[in-house]
Amino acid sequence: MTANKLCLIGALCAVVHLASAQAPHDLVLKNATVMTASHGTLEHASVWVHNGKIAGIGASVSAPASATVLDASGKYVTPGIIDPHSHSALGNDVNEATSPVTPSMMMIDAFDNSDKALYQALAGGVTTELLLHGSANLIGGQAVVIKNKFGLSRDAMLFPNAPRSIKFASGENPKRVYGGRNQAPSTRMGNFEVMRQSFEDAKVYRAEWDTYNARLAKGDKDLTIPHRDLKLEALTDILRGNLLVQIHCYRADEFLTEEAIAHQYGYKIRAFHHALEMYKVGDKIAKDDTGIATFADWWGFKDEAWDAIPWNAVMSMREGVRVSLKSDSNDHIRRLNQEAGKMVHYGGATEDEAIRMITLNPAWIIGVDDRTGSIDIGKDADLVVWNMDPLSTYARAEKVYIDGDLFFDSSLKGFGTTHFNGVMHSSGFSGSDDEANDDEGGN
Amino acid sequence: MNLAALRTRHSLALVAAALLSAPLGLLAQAVMVDTSAPPSTVTAIVGGKLLTITHGTIENGVLLFQSGKITAAGPASSVKVPKGATIINAKGMTVYPGLIDSETNLGLTEVESDRVNNDLVENTEEISPQMRVSDAFHAETERIPVDRYNGITNAIVAPASEDTMSGQDSFIQLAGRDRDSMILVRDVALAMNFGQEQKRGGGRGPAAASPKFPTTRMGEITQMRQALIDAQEYMRKKAEAKKDFKIDIKNEALIPYLNGEKPVVLGAYEGYEVEVAMAMAQEFHLKVVLNHVTHAQDILDKIASYHVPVIVGPIYDSPGPNERYDAVYSLPAELQKRGVKIAFASYGVEFNRNLPYAAGYAVAYGLPYDEALKAITLNPAEIFGVADKLGSLDPGKTANIVIANGDPLDVRTSVQQVFIDGVSIPMVTRQTRLRDEYTPQK
Repeated sequence: MTANKLCLIGALCAVVHLASAQAPHDLVLKNATVMTASHGTLEHASVWVHNGKIAGIGASVSAPASATVLDASGKYVTPGIIDPHSHSALGNDVNEATSPVTPSMMMIDAFDNSDKALYQALAGGVTTELLLHGSANLIGGQAVVIKNKFGLSRDAMLFPNAPRSIKFASGENPKRVYGGRNQAPSTRMGNFEVMRQSFEDAKVYRAEWDTYNARLAKGDKDLTIPHRDLKLEALTDILRGNLLVQIHCYRADEFLTEEAIAHQYGYKIRAFHHALEMYKVGDKIAKDDTGIATFADWWGFKDEAWDAIPWNAVMSMREGVRVSLKSDSNDHIRRLNQEAGKMVHYGGATEDEAIRMITLNPAWIIGVDDRTGSIDIGKDADLVVWNMDPLSTYARAEKVYIDGDLFFDSSLKGFGTTHFNGVMHSSGFSGSDDEANDDEGGN
Repeated sequence: MNLAALRTRHSLALVAAALLSAPLGLLAQAVMVDTSAPPSTVTAIVGGKLLTITHGTIENGVLLFQSGKITAAGPASSVKVPKGATIINAKGMTVYPGLIDSETNLGLTEVESDRVNNDLVENTEEISPQMRVSDAFHAETERIPVDRYNGITNAIVAPASEDTMSGQDSFIQLAGRDRDSMILVRDVALAMNFGQEQKRGGGRGPAAASPKFPTTRMGEITQMRQALIDAQEYMRKKAEAKKDFKIDIKNEALIPYLNGEKPVVLGAYEGYEVEVAMAMAQEFHLKVVLNHVTHAQDILDKIASYHVPVIVGPIYDSPGPNERYDAVYSLPAELQKRGVKIAFASYGVEFNRNLPYAAGYAVAYGLPYDEALKAITLNPAEIFGVADKLGSLDPGKTANIVIANGDPLDVRTSVQQVFIDGVSIPMVTRQTRLRDEYTPQK
């Protein structure tokens, strides 16, 4: 069937034809207010994109005459929004809640690139997401990092060569899931005991393989290849520092225990997620260079969120913690810019600091801050054009570019997508169940 | 007096009262504010931008209130500040009436996962018009100070929506010395709901284990019609009875609604659900306020033809897989454009304080700004029959007043001071106390 035969209505036709267009080699967003996230806000500035990378920023840029120029007068340009805690597009496969330790689960195996949640997030300016395992397990699965190129294939949506992350969880969710079945763990001491035992097991496994590899290198013959166990292999990867550790954790005491276990076994914690009590111990956690991915103002949706305060993010930032906001929700992911705006209200963040919480800082948590998260020369051209200051309630994302290619344009009829030409799926999953606690796992 | 001075006075007064260590929902103990004796002297808020709701925006306005009532609101050039008035300088500030949230579960739960403390809905039986949230409303909930901190002064408390006829709402004020002084209108409306959530195959509590009638939408409508028919029969028998008539409190509860004296807040999400629910309501001549309308883009004109108010949303409800991303965001604008009186609600207890941002987001998608403000002030006051007291800055109305450092609908704006019944409310919550306790002393 030709593309035209698919065009039953005008809006869809536009989508089909645009989908075949190539992204321009050179693009200039001209005369905008550019919030760079790394070096402040530039008024009446242009951003030049060359072959999908940012090639110039400033009052004037030396783009070739052939460049496509978009007059962005009166508009704001920001880096694409990055969500470091999403369960979108994983259907109902968020939690392998059959064992508290499942580090070999690969979230990529559940990734559905046609999920409407991706589209809705794209329309809110989200260009990169860390798709995480849920919080049923102490040590859950390995995350997948995507660029939100909605309409492209699964493979084309993967963030190339992104670092591997693994999800840990602590507190109420694991103990509720397993304790509720009369299994261990059913308490916080049980939670942490499960972790320690897992790493003791992994140490033995690692030693076995280290010995084998050393002998092999020496040219020993008659070696028995040790059994390869996917779970222990993944745990060993944690001990070897090959995985960024992302921990679902709410309470101040649990941040301290998690850091102590990390020190004991020699790995680093990249970020605490949720982290609603970080304001109590931010100075201690900042010393370990562990970041946080937190809610702007969620509170009281469960006991361990009872001491949440909306000043948490800014107070923690002032203590030296690298703070990012995140959605953990197919709803809030659509307006993370507003969540950042609340940081001006709660704690008096500067606009620059607030923007960084949804761009450069989450890029660091995911480990891709060398490639995206700010408007700097050489970085991926992941950009959003807004109708006004994105921290305002009234802001709308008008155009979203990923790697220099336009993926969303609100002025288009139909969905406003440029590459999507199919059927969206809906998992019926909210992307968040910590809020309502209606799923046995929790995220 | 400036705003900073006001706040300092409060924080000193409250040091002794702060109960920081109240553990979880069981013993929530918000600081209660007695508003029964407002200052009898005149307070004048001067220099601010007044959002009057009924007569536009007044730059450099003067707002006077005394003994809990607004006495004047107008430009500085025409409203004289009387001698001896307490003057609050609001230069650079925005002054507006306290916001009204058209549906919450405030006081019916503290932390929802603590199920033993939940009084969200008596869902042992679906037809429960005799259930009154006022019997469960926990006035000391820590959530009320948090909500008024963002400028919300009044709210509807409704039972959770999983029953077809779940009970009667109360209209509350977010300050008062005790439960009774915080309930402005008991049994202000009857909550009815129609759709997927009300089926008895799942949901919260004991219903989840064993499905029972109704498990379909036809079952739900049948159930509601039967209850209303039974109540009509009861009314006839009661009228005919000479003496010794046995009161049945369930049927009794429905009388004011069948008589059209009070509104039914009728929840329906999808277009076809709205049509079915409205047909039932019209059969019994119920006075309807539509609620939860979110995916009814295909019947907008029909909704307008009903001439009933609509509580929209939440506008954050996710569009379906074949809907444009802004299909729900733009719904308030589309309804208002057709002449429908709309209102916003935050629902639940966790996000109440974000009520003004929902209104603001509707503005981003086409709702005129003044209409958005009305939808969280005057419109709900009118819908629930309290517009003579609330919803605008007009002389004679209750002095529920908010002073903020900017546009109330913008997420970046901070409320500076709230007055309820003309009483200056301490801008202190469990959360500000935690913030202050953990703010390093420099």
